[in-house]
Amino acid sequence: MKVCITAQGATPDAKVEERFGRAPYLILMDSETESFEAITNPFADGAGGVGPKVAQMILDRQAAVLISGLLGGNAKAVLESAGVAMYTYRSSGSVKDAFGEFKKNTLERVK
Amino acid sequence: MKLAIASGKGGTGKSMVAANLAYTLALTEPVTIVDCDVEEPNLHLFFPATATGKDVTVPVPAIVEFACKHCGKCSEFCQFGALTVLPDRVLFFSELCHSCGGCTLVCPKGAIHEEPKRVGVLELSAPLPGLKLISGTLDAGSPHAVPVIRDAKKQAAGDPEVILDTAPGTSCPVVEALDGCDACILVTESTPFGLHDLQLAVDVAARLGVPAGVVINRSDGKDKATLQFCIDHDLDILLTIPFDREIAAIQSRGDLLCRVRPEWQKDFLAIFLKCRALPGVE
Repeated sequence: MKVCITAQGATPDAKVEERFGRAPYLILMDSETESFEAITNPFADGAGGVGPKVAQMILDRQAAVLISGLLGGNAKAVLESAGVAMYTYRSSGSVKDAFGEFKKNTLERVK
Repeated sequence: MKLAIASGKGGTGKSMVAANLAYTLALTEPVTIVDCDVEEPNLHLFFPATATGKDVTVPVPAIVEFACKHCGKCSEFCQFGALTVLPDRVLFFSELCHSCGGCTLVCPKGAIHEEPKRVGVLELSAPLPGLKLISGTLDAGSPHAVPVIRDAKKQAAGDPEVILDTAPGTSCPVVEALDGCDACILVTESTPFGLHDLQLAVDVAARLGVPAGVVINRSDGKDKATLQFCIDHDLDILLTIPFDREIAAIQSRGDLLCRVRPEWQKDFLAIFLKCRALPGVE
């Protein structure tokens, strides 16, 4: 299962970025193999509509879970419709920390 | 002549100048006044009348689900993130759509056509003999003012004398209103903020190639910096209106200076004639 986490840097040691659409990087963690893939967010500096665009990108990468800080209404609507489970992480730790908390099931689910 | 009233800074007296200008001119010839401040139109307060409504619509995509193969080309094309393609359906966010029509062109299955969506309304009235009022109002929740302004201007197309009252600021709604006008009056006030935003407005008018003149409103006599700026930029001062309690009172009760104090009519008529004579105005 792929877990997408918004990040300030391109590795799991980078801090979690609280903004969703304008996060500089997206880290895709694979929960089975423990490997990761970093994607540069091409829409980070976009003029508008970045939320749904990044959401589309996550769907295209077949992530089943998203962990971020704040999600806008449009992005949420997209991910909800596609059945992506969304969690909030706002403890200013690293991508690795957030992933750990997700595995322990201690993150808050976005409803 | 199409004459726009703009300002940069809000609250300088655009509508006051526009309303008095229209009122005075309408005494001798047919005039159309267009309220292009569609997010907060106010000219109807000075010219109350029964109005006819006319919807403003924009084209937005409608997707024929059975024809759509969910290839994602439309979503990829849309610069505004208005379309998201899921494996089994398409999500459309109408408030993000700019009505460019690109999605209908790139769809390989012809599954997208356009349908009108209401974004605002034009209120048309004839409040005084010789005066036609076109008031654009953007619907609450609609994010794009430009289509309403465009339609309001179209409604006045072909009318001999058109006065357009624009929104404050220097962003898209002002640019849309100013575009294609023969001249514009920039209303300012003798404050540092008024001058700062006048500079921005002068720049916008110049870039659009619209000749401009200046009206100083609520002048407390300390207009030196504004006058200097106008000299430096070769801008005519069309009129200076003093900071005066009686004028403020007339304005505040929704009346018109030129109706209550007819001696002002010649000054407003002179503004109009000076605009006609601005360099670059045909």
